Amino acid sequence: MSFLSNLINGLSLGSIYAIIALGYTMVYGIAKMLNFAHGDVIMVGGYVVFNLMTGQGMNPLLSVIAAIIVCTVLGVVIEKIAYKPLRGANSLAVLITAIGVSYFLQNAALLLFGSDVKAFVSVFNVKPFRLAGGALTITGVTVITVISCIVIMIGLMLFIKKTKSGQAMLAVSEDRAAAELMGVNVNQTISLTFAIGSGLAAIAGVLLCSAYPTLSPYTGAMPGIKAFTAAVFGGIGSIPGAFIGGILLGVIEIMGKTYISSQLADVIVFGVLIVVLLVKPTGILGQPIREKV
Amino acid sequence: MAAVKKFQSILKNKEVSRPLITYAMVILAYLIIQVLISGGILSNLLQGLLVPLCIYSIAAVGLNLCVGYLGELSIGHAGFMCVGAFTSAFFTKCTMNSGMNEMVRFLIALVIGILCAALAGYLIGIPVLRLRGDYLAIVTLAFGEIIMNLINVVFIGRDSRGFHFSMKDSVSLNLEEDGEAIMNGAKGIMRIPHQSSFTIGIILLLISLFVCYQLVNSRTGRAIMAIRDNRIAAESVGIDITRFKLLAFTISAAIAGAAGVLYGHNLATLIATPANFGYNMSIMILVFVILGGMGNFRGSVIAAVVLTLLPELLRGLSDYRMLMYSIILIIMMLYNWSPKIIAFRERHFRGKLHKKEEKEVA
Repeated sequence: MSFLSNLINGLSLGSIYAIIALGYTMVYGIAKMLNFAHGDVIMVGGYVVFNLMTGQGMNPLLSVIAAIIVCTVLGVVIEKIAYKPLRGANSLAVLITAIGVSYFLQNAALLLFGSDVKAFVSVFNVKPFRLAGGALTITGVTVITVISCIVIMIGLMLFIKKTKSGQAMLAVSEDRAAAELMGVNVNQTISLTFAIGSGLAAIAGVLLCSAYPTLSPYTGAMPGIKAFTAAVFGGIGSIPGAFIGGILLGVIEIMGKTYISSQLADVIVFGVLIVVLLVKPTGILGQPIREKV
Repeated sequence: MAAVKKFQSILKNKEVSRPLITYAMVILAYLIIQVLISGGILSNLLQGLLVPLCIYSIAAVGLNLCVGYLGELSIGHAGFMCVGAFTSAFFTKCTMNSGMNEMVRFLIALVIGILCAALAGYLIGIPVLRLRGDYLAIVTLAFGEIIMNLINVVFIGRDSRGFHFSMKDSVSLNLEEDGEAIMNGAKGIMRIPHQSSFTIGIILLLISLFVCYQLVNSRTGRAIMAIRDNRIAAESVGIDITRFKLLAFTISAAIAGAAGVLYGHNLATLIATPANFGYNMSIMILVFVILGGMGNFRGSVIAAVVLTLLPELLRGLSDYRMLMYSIILIIMMLYNWSPKIIAFRERHFRGKLHKKEEKEVA
């Protein structure tokens, strides 16, 4: 039974990673850049909900919606100010700018909200499910996390397959120049991608802070890096890949923590990533890189 | 007269003059600071910054070799610093009461630290350099985090029966009463003799610069740059890609190890935290390299010095300094790399420059 409950915990953590990784992978697929600041948008989402709910006593659902709006706007603004001018520049330059944005968000949060760790009150008031005569308890947050991850995944896939904007995203990720010639508004598509990714980050922030109820300006940094690892693990640029990578990484982390060593959990997570990349360098679902001279 | 002319012609050769100017700059800075210290002008705060400045400069020079010349982004270089710091500090602790001359002991510790970091770089380089681009970056990050986390669970103690090793806790080392836990897991190594000094730091910096400049201006260096510029073309003219990549990566790691040795002997207690050996540090060094200019060692040193001093000098705005630092970083990146801003600069500034040159010609 304890194995099963660990597996469920792993799935829950993995779902959060998957939602964050979706943001990374979409931005990478379409803008061809690593948005290092993505993890810190999660933290911003967490603070918005915390301040509205605990500070202003606002309805949880409304505050989550407010967080999504704030993060979406933030994502688009970051893209417009920091990343758009660098389009076509050296990819290293873009990466460093993203790191600068990440530093900026962390330090701005430090000034605005203070460095103390806040105790986050779970947004969801769902009773835990007891199965097998009370031997197996699943918390409400876990259920909501897993379900929302699956819903988001399916929603995104449908959005990309069925809508015009989704098709435009696909086209831009395949060949930006050709898409532009075909009349796709590339700038708008990239903005939309950042908007969706950042909105997802807000949801991930709420779920993360509900499952692990602490909040500080550095809350987003480590989950951000791990989710990025998950995106690479699954094959960066691929949406199902981000999902699979996230879930696997979450399960591996919880299992490693429980059965091997709690201090070595990160070593195990990163070790697995290295092994996967060496066996299949473009990740589980990644496309092989074609090379031309 | 002939000697002067010869000297002038040497200076005209950029490959020769560039390193010379850099060395001269470092030595001049050293002399000025020595004068300031003896004049009692330098505050304690700034004096405490001198060794870290050397550490960051050395690490930035080493990373620049990897990023600027090899063209591979490594965000795990703090891991190599970590290896250098801990292996050398471990050696120093082991031989502390052996009556060895302090300078000799430090030199051996330095060599051990550098060799261990180079070995780590070599071993990690073999798998990592098969990958490319973002994947390579994330794997170096992963290795850096792994090194840091592993150091935090290693316990090594010594007593009359010899060395004891554990990965659990200091109790399971089963030390006898006379024993001492040298490496204490997350508590790190304690009471390390303070042996790093500004002079040693400057000497190490000069040696690192010398090694890098010599390498870059050699046949090997040109092979490395050829790989960076076009891997497939380089391979097709018979350059052994794996060998040269590994060589550059290993040297880069070794230099980071030297910076680590300096770090390890600068503070009494050496612990591996995300702040000093985590990816934050790797990124910090990367920022020095990028802002100083990829492939420009002098720039790395200047950037490391300016960006370390800037937040300290802006302490008056204490709370806002990190925020301002990040804003400066973003603005500088946009100014240097944005295609539109570059075009704007070309139109308005380069234009004037050309006109001036034309006038001179006329």
